[in-house]
Amino acid sequence: MATYDFVFEALGLKEACGADDGGGLSSMADLMGDATGEDQVVSLWDTPFPSLDALHEACPAIPQSREVTRGLEQGFLNIKDSLKVVVDPLTQPLSWALNEALWIMQATPWWIMIPLLMLIVYLVGRSAKLVVLVAVCFGFLAFIDYYEYTMQTLAIIFVCAFICVLFGVPIGIAMSRSDRVQRGMIPVLDMLQTLPPFVYLIPLIFLFSVTEPKLYGIAIILYAMVPVIRLTDLGIRLVDQDVIEAADAFGMTKRQKLYGVQIPLALPNIMAGVNQTIMMSLAMVVIASLVSAPGLGVLVLRGIRSLELGVGLLSGLGIVLLAIILDRVTKAALARINAAQK
Amino acid sequence: MSDNIKISVRHLYKIFGDDPQPALEMVKAGMTKTELMEQEQHVLGLNDINVDMPAGRTTVIMGLSGSGKSTLIRHLNRLIEPTSGEVWVDGENILEYNERQLRGLRQHKMSMVFQKFALLPHRTVLQNAGMAPAVEGKSERKYADEATKWLERVGLQGQGNQYPHQLSGGMQQRVGIARALTSNSDIMLMDEAFSALDPLIRTDMQNLLIDLQAELQKTVVFITHDLDEALKLADHLVILKDGFVVQQGEPQHILLNPNDPYIEDFVSDINRARVLRVRSVMIETTDAEGEVSGEVDADDTLESVISKSEGDTTRRYRVTRDGQPVGMLDMRRLVRALVPRDASGETRMTG
Repeated sequence: MATYDFVFEALGLKEACGADDGGGLSSMADLMGDATGEDQVVSLWDTPFPSLDALHEACPAIPQSREVTRGLEQGFLNIKDSLKVVVDPLTQPLSWALNEALWIMQATPWWIMIPLLMLIVYLVGRSAKLVVLVAVCFGFLAFIDYYEYTMQTLAIIFVCAFICVLFGVPIGIAMSRSDRVQRGMIPVLDMLQTLPPFVYLIPLIFLFSVTEPKLYGIAIILYAMVPVIRLTDLGIRLVDQDVIEAADAFGMTKRQKLYGVQIPLALPNIMAGVNQTIMMSLAMVVIASLVSAPGLGVLVLRGIRSLELGVGLLSGLGIVLLAIILDRVTKAALARINAAQK
Repeated sequence: MSDNIKISVRHLYKIFGDDPQPALEMVKAGMTKTELMEQEQHVLGLNDINVDMPAGRTTVIMGLSGSGKSTLIRHLNRLIEPTSGEVWVDGENILEYNERQLRGLRQHKMSMVFQKFALLPHRTVLQNAGMAPAVEGKSERKYADEATKWLERVGLQGQGNQYPHQLSGGMQQRVGIARALTSNSDIMLMDEAFSALDPLIRTDMQNLLIDLQAELQKTVVFITHDLDEALKLADHLVILKDGFVVQQGEPQHILLNPNDPYIEDFVSDINRARVLRVRSVMIETTDAEGEVSGEVDADDTLESVISKSEGDTTRRYRVTRDGQPVGMLDMRRLVRALVPRDASGETRMTG
């Protein structure tokens, strides 16, 4: 006996529902009913929402809600193999890039690596203060024997941020040029940005083996690419219309306009997007340690798993230091671009 | 006008809105701008514009904001596409041009100067001035001489390596003019080019333009909302109101014979002595008989004649052009011309 029996009776669909075979999965209410040997009388107050489970009770032909999740899972598993045939080779270069970057960053001795990073920071930011900050931070992390982990994290961020920019900027440009592309992309970007990061690890785990670097690579890229796309789109749309008009009036082609006017003038916004992208890949690299991403995240995870307070706090501090360095350096680069353009 | 016609605009209509074609039919059937806005939610930008712009002269298009003057100038290089009509440049209808021809037109035949300068902030003054050759693909080394020459001509010596934001507004607009000149195009479109500058600088720039015109004889199309500026620069004046041409012709003629109350309003605030020329108020005669106090040139302003006469209204002058007597100027007649028609008692019937 179920709440919505009357609906099916009224519609004359009792036949189509088929007889209750009594077997299979039964609900808690049925079990209770069986145990007490009496029908449950449901008051109006307790009327259940006509959900799949409630309707299933009245008519077994209607699937239970657990069938939905199972169907989803089955559906994904069914397309998994064919999806893998396409996605696997496409993303293989990502695995190679990550492996190579990890290898290079770790194989290079510290007395080359740290000065090299300092040199890069100087070239990007032209600020002696920033170079000192970088030296002190890396010196500290190396001093407490976290050098290896730091380099792993940095390698992953470099690769992922580079790929984000490589794909994100063209996507942003496409969005800025066509309102239709923009309308199509915005929901996707919103979803990527709001989906809890753990959630899109799940299908990726099914798709790839956990030992492959591209698993966490894809997760980081998907999560971190959003700001650079958005800000490229915004930056190009914000370029002064008068200047665009002047470019048109002097007969520039679309390509000349894009490379000669729009991208240079949107550069401050694009760089702000790159800054955000790097920050977000740093946030994600910690979560990605759940799926075997090496680096400081592994230490954080160890701190949580085996309640090693000191390790957790110190590796957390290491991540903060990395974040500060990356943020300051990209902002210094941004400030230089801004200064050149007023 | 006996001059060659460089640009000729024929039956040009522009209607802004989602579905301009039916609206165009209504406008052609006589619907006004306000009615079109209320009934069809379409904005009538230009309404049957017919203008001939003489080669080598300055055509000034004047009107208040919203009169469609900026819309009109953007049709000349097709930054805006018309709803209907023709634009002939050197005997070719540019509305039939494909994209490549249109780019050619914009690169070689027409250059434009903008109200807000619209310089590229990330390029140096020299690179900005050389925008037209750079668009054609010439390297900076190749166009540097030409660009420097024009920068110097507009008074920007040695500023080539600066960035636009390091210059004042007036100097930035000089770069804008140098940019237009470096393209070596016959036609210069100037969209309220001096409106964003303060009055003294604006006068400087107007004088610069007049000097350049005397030297180069470009076909200039100049947009302004300022009648003083229009009268100072114009060889041919076109007055727009609500998207149609109210009156066009020789500026002196419009000043003395306004055919619309709208123009009379405009004209009444003008310092007529400074604008009117002797040729517009003299009596044309070749046998300059009688006693005269001296000679004045046909192109002198009335102001200079008044100063010459020391305010004595009894004097008469012989008017000459290139040394030949062409007419007589009576000071009484001159003084009468200084008063706008409405105020002079000959009140005309309006409507």
